[in-house]
Amino acid sequence: MSNAQPQSRATSQVPDAEGRFGEFGRRFVPETLMHALEELTVEYQRAMQDPEFNRRLNEMLRTFVGRPNPLYFAERLSEECGGARIFFKREDLNHTGAHKINNTIGQALLTLRMGKTRVIAETGAGQHGVATATACARFGLPCVVYMGEEDIRRQKLNVFIMKTMGAEVRPVTSGSRTLRDAINEAMRDWMASVENTHYILGSVVGPHPFPMIVRDFQSVIGREARQQCLETIGRLPDEVVACVGGGSNSAGMFHPFVDDVGVELTGVEAGGRGDKAGDHASTLSFGTKGVLHGSYSYVLQDEDGQTMDVHSISAGLDYPGVGPEHSYWHDTGRVKYVKIRDNQALETVGKVARMEGILPALESSHAIAYALEQAKRRSPDEVIVVCLSGRGDKDVNEVAQLTGRVL
Amino acid sequence: MTQASRIAQVFAQRAQQRQLAFMPFIAAGDPDMTTTGRLIQELAKAGADLIEVGFPYSDPIADGPVIQSSYTRALNKHLKLKDIFSGVTAVSSSVSCPLVAMVSYSIIFRTGTESFVMQAREAGFAGLIVPDLPGDEAAEFAALVARHEMDLIQLVAPTTPVDRAARILKNATGFVYCIAVAGTTGARAELAPQLADMLKSLRNQTSLPLAVGFGISSPEQVDQLRGLADGVIVGSAIVRHLEALASDSTPAHMDAVMKQIAEYAGSIARAAHAAR
Repeated sequence: MSNAQPQSRATSQVPDAEGRFGEFGRRFVPETLMHALEELTVEYQRAMQDPEFNRRLNEMLRTFVGRPNPLYFAERLSEECGGARIFFKREDLNHTGAHKINNTIGQALLTLRMGKTRVIAETGAGQHGVATATACARFGLPCVVYMGEEDIRRQKLNVFIMKTMGAEVRPVTSGSRTLRDAINEAMRDWMASVENTHYILGSVVGPHPFPMIVRDFQSVIGREARQQCLETIGRLPDEVVACVGGGSNSAGMFHPFVDDVGVELTGVEAGGRGDKAGDHASTLSFGTKGVLHGSYSYVLQDEDGQTMDVHSISAGLDYPGVGPEHSYWHDTGRVKYVKIRDNQALETVGKVARMEGILPALESSHAIAYALEQAKRRSPDEVIVVCLSGRGDKDVNEVAQLTGRVL
Repeated sequence: MTQASRIAQVFAQRAQQRQLAFMPFIAAGDPDMTTTGRLIQELAKAGADLIEVGFPYSDPIADGPVIQSSYTRALNKHLKLKDIFSGVTAVSSSVSCPLVAMVSYSIIFRTGTESFVMQAREAGFAGLIVPDLPGDEAAEFAALVARHEMDLIQLVAPTTPVDRAARILKNATGFVYCIAVAGTTGARAELAPQLADMLKSLRNQTSLPLAVGFGISSPEQVDQLRGLADGVIVGSAIVRHLEALASDSTPAHMDAVMKQIAEYAGSIARAAHAAR
């Protein structure tokens, strides 16, 4: 077991060539996938050094995704808290309504570059599924999305959108029927189809190079937010807050700030219904070091290494693992990880809607709920930036049901 | 004799008689460890040369639906690691064929690598197959396993390039597990056409025995491997019989299922042991 002592200071210059973030990451997958991962690593590095690839990516982000999106001052919420000023990084204004498209556009371009002719993906809340289906429609790639049966029930709207975009949605009925099992099924598909198929993994999890690729494509969030902060308030923020399931929006938000040692970084995990095993998805609060989905990170697991069932009100945070870079940031003390309960997240959806005219996703509401608490503890000359990772349209059925209303 | 050299000896004996070694796979604890113990004995009687015992894992990405379901049934009945080790300990000395554990690195890492290897050895395992610990990551663990005089079996896939195979074979002992198809475990009607080329290429790279698994289920497929491989591994085609025990585990039904499995395993063993 690790003792709580921070290791050496965190750096943004990770992972190394073997995919290590400190001690975390690497590759623990069946041999069948290893060659594809090696190829992907090489091809990704070539692409990133290719001006034409970057030009095309940036143009798509500008004209198709709608970047840059604004850094918005949440004036009324800030006033009500009576403390720090709160700003939202508006990923909800992206095409398809969440940050997920930043990564899928990048990986779809990689797919074309590698000459692969088919795409598979997993999805939890459906946002990554929609973003993948959208990118594949744009580039004419056939797309299969694996989604847990339980999530299909919770996220009907996104299922409909994916199908409309021409994707095939394959229900996953094994295990907990959520994101974790959707990843298992996507990996199994990939084992058999790896010669012609690219797996667009949606979070900073899985074997190297996925945690690096997804973080890099999502880092546009933090780069823009950092620049916008310098332009609007003339300095860097005091604290940056983002929600953490697998951890893609938070990794993208935090990474450009990692070397700014004066900026506090806070990741908000799903606290669920309570602290009992099975009632939450707070991997970094309660997990232990282990191997899940091909990488070494913190995992919610039992004493035999079996993955435990988790719970969150939000399908996008309902995951028993976390990206290896988050484990690295956790153990080095660079990022503080906290948790917010289901009911706080649910209340925050309504509050942000009424006071700012913005309907946030349940996932993002976890981050906002924490920022509201934290703003009260900070002085008015301080600034908190929150990643508003997605809009809440997809959650209206679930929110209505949980608050006893009829849609 | 070390546990490790038992595996080498089994392959050497079969090779001497120009036969293939037969390694059936069973999932531990489905429906319970008593049944697993009995299966080990039945398979040994039916002609198994080695027996591979799968440790149920919650997220087995290399496995198809048959083995996944078997693992899920065992875990739903709260099968623990200590139950597997004690169940195997109870039978391992009563069978002459070496036992090999198929176990996810997630389980090994959580238990502690040294602790796991020691417990496995004490239970009577001669070797370990860790499907999610690829050759590149295996050097340290391979050394640990070797210190405890067991074999760490390395896997080579149809997607493994020749230079990668060379790196993997550096850490290999016992035999090489040759994955017959790109995909998960589970019976397939045909052998992949490129399998023969893969086996010929591996034969030039190593003197270790080559055992073929994933998708093998019929005596005809075993016949096709004669002269190309040194052993065959059959899993899902055996494990699928256990599903029937989930709804009816009365002694009479149990006997019937054991008989089915023994007859099936016997047919594969006869094909494997037919002289070239």
